[in-house]
Amino acid sequence: MTRTARDPGGAAVRLTALTKRYGSAPAAVDGIDLEIAAGEFMTLLGPSGSGKTTTLSMIAGFTRATSGSIEVDGYDVAGLPPYKRDLGVVFQHYALFPHMTAAQNIAFPLRQRKVGKAEIAARVAEALELVQLGAMGDRLPRQLSGGQQQRVALARAVVFNPRVLLMDEPLGALDKKLREQLQGEIARMHRELGITFVFVTHDQEEALALSDRIAVFNEGRIDQVGSARDLYERPATLFVARFLGESNVLTGKVTDPATIEGPGFRVALPRGASSAGSGTASVVIRPERLTVLPLSTPVPAGHNTLEGTVSGLTYLGAYSTVTVELDCGLRFTVREPAGASGEVTPGTPVRVAWPVEQGVLVSS
Amino acid sequence: MGENELRGGIGLRLLAALVGAVLVAPTLVVIPLSFTGRASFAFPPESWSLRWYENFFTDPGWRDALLTSLRIALLVAVVASALGTCAALALNNSGRFRGKGLVNGLLMAPMIVPQIVAAIGVYAVFLVWGLTGTTAGFVLAHTALAIPFVIVAVSAVLRGYDRRLEQAAASLGARPFTTFTRVTLPLILPGVLSGAVFAFVTSLDEVVVALYLQSPELHTLPVKMFSSVTVETDPTIAAASTLVLVVTTALILLPQLVRRSSKEAR
Ligand SMILES: Nc1ncnc2c1ncn2[C@@H]1O[C@H](COP(=O)(O)OP(=O)(O)OP(=O)(O)O)[C@@H](O)[C@H]1O
Ligand SMILES: [Mg+2]
Repeated sequence: MTRTARDPGGAAVRLTALTKRYGSAPAAVDGIDLEIAAGEFMTLLGPSGSGKTTTLSMIAGFTRATSGSIEVDGYDVAGLPPYKRDLGVVFQHYALFPHMTAAQNIAFPLRQRKVGKAEIAARVAEALELVQLGAMGDRLPRQLSGGQQQRVALARAVVFNPRVLLMDEPLGALDKKLREQLQGEIARMHRELGITFVFVTHDQEEALALSDRIAVFNEGRIDQVGSARDLYERPATLFVARFLGESNVLTGKVTDPATIEGPGFRVALPRGASSAGSGTASVVIRPERLTVLPLSTPVPAGHNTLEGTVSGLTYLGAYSTVTVELDCGLRFTVREPAGASGEVTPGTPVRVAWPVEQGVLVSS
Repeated sequence: MGENELRGGIGLRLLAALVGAVLVAPTLVVIPLSFTGRASFAFPPESWSLRWYENFFTDPGWRDALLTSLRIALLVAVVASALGTCAALALNNSGRFRGKGLVNGLLMAPMIVPQIVAAIGVYAVFLVWGLTGTTAGFVLAHTALAIPFVIVAVSAVLRGYDRRLEQAAASLGARPFTTFTRVTLPLILPGVLSGAVFAFVTSLDEVVVALYLQSPELHTLPVKMFSSVTVETDPTIAAASTLVLVVTTALILLPQLVRRSSKEAR
């Protein structure tokens, strides 16, 4: 694993059937497979307790996997202690050494690697520049704000040129404004360093803003891996659809390959979506794909429609949100560009319509 | 803010002062007695001198006892703070190991078991092992008595210590030993040092076990003082008491004074 100090580029990470069990509880991480490309920004996204931290911690080497393998650039690292893995780690609560100044914190990994004094000074200064803390090197962590501390932690985690940077909710302890600012800096660091980032968050907006690809965790398994657009437009499971953005859901039986039927509705399925065969499934329609039509308007070709009554209308400037109580008992949310739904008022009987191809069939 | 809340009214303060005086006054009587000019314990003294201090430092019996005590107490401070720190680290680790509760109970037992019972047990066993009347015997027995104080002091500091710093150090390439010397130890050092002071003082004024382990050649200062009360009526014991009082008080107050002044310097 020898390489020169300035060797650029990230390492690929491959998890195979990775599992962690604590006692007799259901596995915290349940046989996940994940391939992270060299230089990729991969986000592990999921609700609390879904196994994100456990996964990251197994990659870092703090937690021993029950079974499965972890490969970094083709080498199985599962048997290596964390200090031999050469991966950068950023913690939610910074984990800066309180008795060392910012500069000493950043120098720490270089001293472990027996880097010469002059080179340490140069690289620490460079790392401080990278996170825009040039003048703060002599301060102790408690003399720095939360955002500044997290920047020092970032600098410390990358100063030794690791080929993978692992981050567990690094912005979780910061307020919204600072979080957005640091998101920008993390994105910039990813571009400038060109190394692999593995980023844990339960904030979907953060995941959408930063990632090349997102792995959605659900109770110790990965439901889907894909780009933000993939996950939003073609969710693989109901869980993914609900976790990312708003969705309207129709759950029923797939009768013949082209339709799904439930209590009070029967709608056409998009082409090529019927691989599930017959059985229970759901159709997900995003609010902005729906339109509200007066009953007098003829049904446009290639559209599914459901009838109902408008129960709420919220004007939000650029768009409005219309809530429709459907006759089949479900409630749909429709997002329309401003002005499009000028005539609807609460109590109006209407039709909700969407192009058949915009519905997404998911297993439920 | 917190200090003002703790200060009660004038009545409460008087009561506290009274209780304090009753508890401390008998101890303080030895101080004027040690400066008496005559070979008696008459109080108040009729004349003043330093002869009992001179006697304390020149009489071979007293001087040997003092040096023995200091040597043993220093060794106990070193051994007990090393072992007690290791024990505290293991007991406060988030991971569990089998028998953790039992180990904790055994280590803390010397705080609860009556000293006379412990002393008889130690004596019986050390007699068989040939450890009575030896420095090693004293150090072993006193270390067992002192370890609970070190564990308590180090555990108190560990509560404010973030174990994730060790994961951070490991992720940055530090081996466990380096992590301990560069990260853990500097951060828990105040607890280790105050544990060492408590261990030193525990050994310095321990008398029950020392009475059993003593030999004519090797006995500690408290043992010498105890026998001096019963066989001689010599005010040198008052000088010895005063010195022990001053040294132990200074040792226990020192860390607090250092902490206060370093806080003010900030
Ligand atoms: N040391 C442990 N002992 C026992 N169970 C644990 C331990 N650590 C984690 N777990 C369990 O493993 C599961 C996954 O936890 P994990 O911390 O990986 O979740 P997470 O996705 O990071 O959640 P969050 O968003 O809240 O940080 C949880 O059910 C948790 O209770
Ligand atoms: Mg977590």
